[in-house]
Parts: sequence; C-alpha cells; structure tokens
Amino acid sequence: MYDVKKIREDFPILSRKIYEKPLVYLDNAATSQTPRQVIEALVDYYENSNANVHRGVHHLSQEATDLYESARVKVAKFINAREPEEIVWTRNTTESINLVAHTWAQEHIGPGDEIIVTPMEHHSNLVPWQKVAADKGATLRILPLAKDASIDLSDIDEYITPRTKLLAMVHMSNGVGTINPVKELTAKAKKMGATVLVDAAQSAPHMPVDVIDLDCDFLALSGHKMLGPTGIGALYGRRELLEEMDPFLTGGEMVLEVWYDRATWNDLPMKFEAGTPNIADAVGLGAAVDYLQDIGMENIRDHEIQLTRYALEAFKELEEELEMFGPSDAEKRGGILSFHTDAVHPHDLGTFLDRDGIAVRTGHHCTMPLMRSLGVIASARASFYLYNTEEEVDALVDSLKRALRYFTDGAK
Amino acid sequence: MAQNDLDELYGNDLIRDHNRNPRNSAKLNSPDLVADAVNPFCGDEAHFQINLDGQGRVSEVGYEGVGCAICRSAGSMLSEVIKGHTLEGVEEISGLFQDMMFGVEPSEEQAALLGDLTSMTGVRAFPIRIKCALLAWSAIEDRISEHQRRQP
Repeated sequence: MYDVKKIREDFPILSRKIYEKPLVYLDNAATSQTPRQVIEALVDYYENSNANVHRGVHHLSQEATDLYESARVKVAKFINAREPEEIVWTRNTTESINLVAHTWAQEHIGPGDEIIVTPMEHHSNLVPWQKVAADKGATLRILPLAKDASIDLSDIDEYITPRTKLLAMVHMSNGVGTINPVKELTAKAKKMGATVLVDAAQSAPHMPVDVIDLDCDFLALSGHKMLGPTGIGALYGRRELLEEMDPFLTGGEMVLEVWYDRATWNDLPMKFEAGTPNIADAVGLGAAVDYLQDIGMENIRDHEIQLTRYALEAFKELEEELEMFGPSDAEKRGGILSFHTDAVHPHDLGTFLDRDGIAVRTGHHCTMPLMRSLGVIASARASFYLYNTEEEVDALVDSLKRALRYFTDGAK
Repeated sequence: MAQNDLDELYGNDLIRDHNRNPRNSAKLNSPDLVADAVNPFCGDEAHFQINLDGQGRVSEVGYEGVGCAICRSAGSMLSEVIKGHTLEGVEEISGLFQDMMFGVEPSEEQAALLGDLTSMTGVRAFPIRIKCALLAWSAIEDRISEHQRRQP
C-alpha cells in the first residue's frame, strides 16, 4: 500500500511554511527534496567515516572507500548495469554528457557524420552536440515535433540512416513531460550502427530505467533530481566503449603509473575520475537509491500516473484560459504539467503562486528551442514526485484560478 | 494568500495599466538609436528605437517589450520619462531608478524625473523580480555608452 502520508514524514522540508502557508513543492523537475535517510547518511559519513578513497592503508580510508564503492554498486543495480565499473561518477547529467562529447565523440564523429537529437532536449543534451558537430564538420539533425509535443515519428527512417553516428535523446522531457520511445528508437539506431546516449535526468528518478532493456550505450543521470544531494551524478557506459575511450580529465586517481614524461591510465571506472571525488555525496546518492528502491520504482511511477491523471482532469476547469503542453494520456508522460496563458506571463503566475506557498518553475526550463517550437517564450511548470498529493494539486488549481482572475479583471 | 504584498507589486494601477497598454508602442523607422536587451534566464525582451532632436535630446521613442508585467511596464514607463532628456540626462535617470530599486528613496525633485517609475517601489519586496524592472534600463544604458564611445 502506497502511503504518501508516511513518505512525507521522511522529508523534513515538507513541513515548512512559506509566507505562513504550507509549502506545496511542485518544482521536482528542477530538483527534488531530500529525505531524512539521505541527510543522515551524509551526516554519518562526515561524523564517522570521512577520509580520502583509494589511497590510505588506514582504517578510515578503507571504510570511506567501501561506502563510496558500495554506492556505485547501488546505482549500477538501480539502472541494471551489468557491473559497477560501468558507472562513472560525475557532478550531474550535464557533466556526464560532456564527458562523452569530449572523449568518445572526439574519436568517433567526423566530417559528414550525423548526430540526431530530439526536438525537446535540455540545453545540456543539445549544446555539447552543437559544438561537436561544428568542430568536426558533422551535421546535427533535430527530429520533428508533433502537435502534442511528442516526437513526430512519421519520417523517422529519413533521419536515422547509415550516416547516423550518434542518437542522443532525452528519455522524459523536463519541459513538457513527454516520455520518448527510447527503446524503439535505440533499436532503429543500432541497426544503422549508431551509438545511443540517453539523458535519464528526468526518467531515472520517476520510473524504472533498465540500460540492458533499453540497450543504450550511454545513460546520464543527476543525483539531486532523485532525492540525492546536489553535485553528484553518474554516467553509465557500456564497458567496451568505456575501455577504448580516452580519459576526460587527467591527474590523480585516474592513473596507474606515472613517469615524468608519460602515464598509463587506471582501470574502469577510475580512468574517468581524476582528483578526489565527491565521496560524501556519492554515499548520499547511494542512500537515496536505497530509499527509492524500498518504495519501488513501479510504485512511484504508478503514484505519479494517478496524480498526473487527477491533475489533467482538474486542469480541465481551466482549459479555456490555459494552454497545456504534452501528451494528454498520463501513461505517456511523466508528472510534469507545463502550461501557458496569453493573459498572464508565467513569471507573474509564479510570483502569485509563490505567495500561496506553491513552488513551480517558470521560464524556458533550459529548453529554449522547444519553447520556441511550441510558440511561447516561457511556460509555467508544475512537476510531481513521490510525496505529492491530490490536495496539493487542488491547491495549485485553486491558486491558478485566483491568479487568472487577479491579473485579468483585477478582482481579488 | 498574502494579498497585501501582491497588491504592492501588481495592485498598483499604473503597473497594470502600462502592462496592458504599453506607451510609445509604434515602431520608429530608421531611428537614431536602437537598444535591445534579453534576459537569458527567462527570455524576457526589451526593444527600443530612439530619435534625437538637434540638441541631442530624445524626441521620439518606440518601445516593444515581451515578458512579465514588471518587465513590460518598466519599459513602457521608461519610454515616457526619457523624452526631452539628453543621453546624459537619461543616464542620470537610470542611475536614480537603480538606486531607488535598491532602497534609496528619491527626493521630490528626483521623483519628478522618475515619473510613473516611482510606482515600482513595491517590486523591492520581491528581490528576485528586481531584474525584471531593470531589463529595459540595461538595454538603454548599454546602447548609450556605446553611442558615446563613437562620438568624437
């Protein structure tokens, strides 16, 4: 039985008041809140086990190393990687994608090659490929957008061809919530010999993600969107690819042997982890994964589908005022509602909601080209997580109704 | 809802009015100066065309703003208050406005120069929105300093 009330008790921040109103936190696509279990893991690490990893012979160093590496095992299992060596710690999804752009892509993308992305990429999975394409004389191609803000697949075979070297795609759109058919597109791309990178920043926190089932080559995620601390993320890479790739950053930890004039690289995954890593936050992310798996990713996904369905229904009251983006079927989207009205700018809506204690994101959500394709500059976005409730959706709709009235006819 | 706070920001009739009916919205053809600014964080935009008379005073302004109520109304108010001033005078008003937004109360004489912009003081209670009020001025200031560098 999914007990949202009990889950909420694990999140100290959710009992906060904002302007004397209970906090209604609906900005989970930007960052998620942190359960006590993760905070305690961080405190416990610093109070009892803090030391540098993979270095000392002393007891604490071994303890820190064990904690750090067991967090890697947890993340590997979480996304069903074959082995923990396929998980490289990074700061976040952006760094994970840049790692691939600065290593693998440098060797494998050349003049005339094509890189394919979806029309709803976060800037972090678009700008690195713009730069690789420009530097290498390759072409960046954008899949077309369908009316419901999903990918228009009608001409997909014109896009994914033997010229395709890389398909880089977001699993769940942070801008509009669309869940893309990653598995099907990966299969198509692989048939053409392409490599596939999946941006799982939004999907990994909210639904089961299985790299073997998806059959992708790379997958990137961020800890802070899945109940973990900021500053820690991960890149999954298939072992064969990681083995043959050059290092990203160089220095300590990533080397095996060093002479004055040369060095040899350490084994996976340390080859990609130069310098003292973010040990504590990796441990914290491990605790977040434990927490998520205790509840179960299927259960979290079901909760969010129900909540999204409830919200889509509740928003029908506002359908004359608000334009909603993304698929209308809750099964085909994440718990992200993105909406727009010509009557009130998203920032003005956001300020009004804020004074009701409701936190939503307003702006372009780091997806400026997508917003432009939708014909708007910015939208307001409410995004759910495992701890959100139907009462919070009601509060959102009620506040939105009053906001619309306030800005359009001045009534209070 | 903390309506009083919101009213300080939005309840002000001047802000609402400028947002709904921006002044000087006719675009000028072949203006003497063009000034544009975009806030990369939110995508808000301010666009100005300015004509100067023989004495170097602002004679005509065209303004178009895309964005939130604060941003649009600040730009509209700006388009009114700069008329009749030299570029140095415009810079002075810009300085007064920034001072006011960061807490300095204008004198009576300064308030007269600021015109409708004095209604923006409510925005100070929303620090994150101050940049919305300043976007239009950043466009004008950048353009003026560039213009002055080019003058002999």
